[in-house]
Amino acid sequence: MTVSTELDLQSFVLLRLGERRFAVSAKQIAELVAPSRVFRFPHRTPRLEGVILRRGRIVPVCDVSEMLLGKRLTSRRFYLIAVRNYGAQREWVAMPVTGECELINAEMMAASESDAPHVAGWLSHDGDVIEVLNLDTLTPGPGQSLAEAAPPQSVEARP
Amino acid sequence: MRPAAPLKSSPAKTEQIILFRVSGQLFAVSSASVQEVRSADSMSGASTEISAPGIRKVSHVARRGDRSLFIVNGAMHFGLHAAEGALLFVLRKTRTALLIDGIEKMTTMTRLQALPLSFCHEERQWYRGLTALDQTVVPVVKPEGFLSPEELALLDAALLKTDEAAAAALEETNSAQ
Repeated sequence: MTVSTELDLQSFVLLRLGERRFAVSAKQIAELVAPSRVFRFPHRTPRLEGVILRRGRIVPVCDVSEMLLGKRLTSRRFYLIAVRNYGAQREWVAMPVTGECELINAEMMAASESDAPHVAGWLSHDGDVIEVLNLDTLTPGPGQSLAEAAPPQSVEARP
Repeated sequence: MRPAAPLKSSPAKTEQIILFRVSGQLFAVSSASVQEVRSADSMSGASTEISAPGIRKVSHVARRGDRSLFIVNGAMHFGLHAAEGALLFVLRKTRTALLIDGIEKMTTMTRLQALPLSFCHEERQWYRGLTALDQTVVPVVKPEGFLSPEELALLDAALLKTDEAAAAALEETNSAQ
């Protein structure tokens, strides 16, 4: 293995939503926690369910499954807490996931212009091609038009 | 990885708040923002109907000298199931009287956390932030967030129209007599 190849490897967290797997850069992940009580209050932002309390912080819960799968999750096992950038500011966002998460090292292929805005890139793992998510377009934020809901796709593409 | 800076919060000082319910949902408001608490019945005699286009949450206005207080239905404002409000909060430094279900209790908050930036729609006008009380998260309302300047302008225009109609009706009655 050459030095340049090693440098291309990055760490990703694989998460499961229903039957599909997605990846998020490990640099953006804070922790994986068991589901806790979601506190709901009136608001008008789509995809936000409410907030959870975690280590004294109030963390918004954002369900991205409808956008990624075309349907809402019926079961959730964990909340993946990710760091979301808002310009210079960063905040935690909790995303419900349906299964265990896995840390892998892989090389990311850059997204093309035809990819949906929430796709940061692609990686190949275990015979599957997996979308790397761009959380900054997938989750709501000020002054930003959310990426349009992607049509439901078939289970992971196989190379 | 952790966010570089902790979420913005108010200085470490306490603030007296009133916990209240609207359609069963719990909210908080700074007690310093509440000028008066009145029963909805006590206000009904002093209020008149008003109808401004697109502002269904305000159906009555109460006159106080030369001041008009718009009675905002809290349930309609927050998009909750309609409920018969029992109490009114007259909010200081605003022209709003907020119709609520009832008061839960008065308490003290020690920390107000800014509303997470993920919340990016009208709720940013509604809330000063969130506070954690007894392992529950409660939104703290912004008194001036119940009626926007545009809504106030529309309500004032509707009020003027109502007054003119009333004056014309009175004049007609007088001339008929």
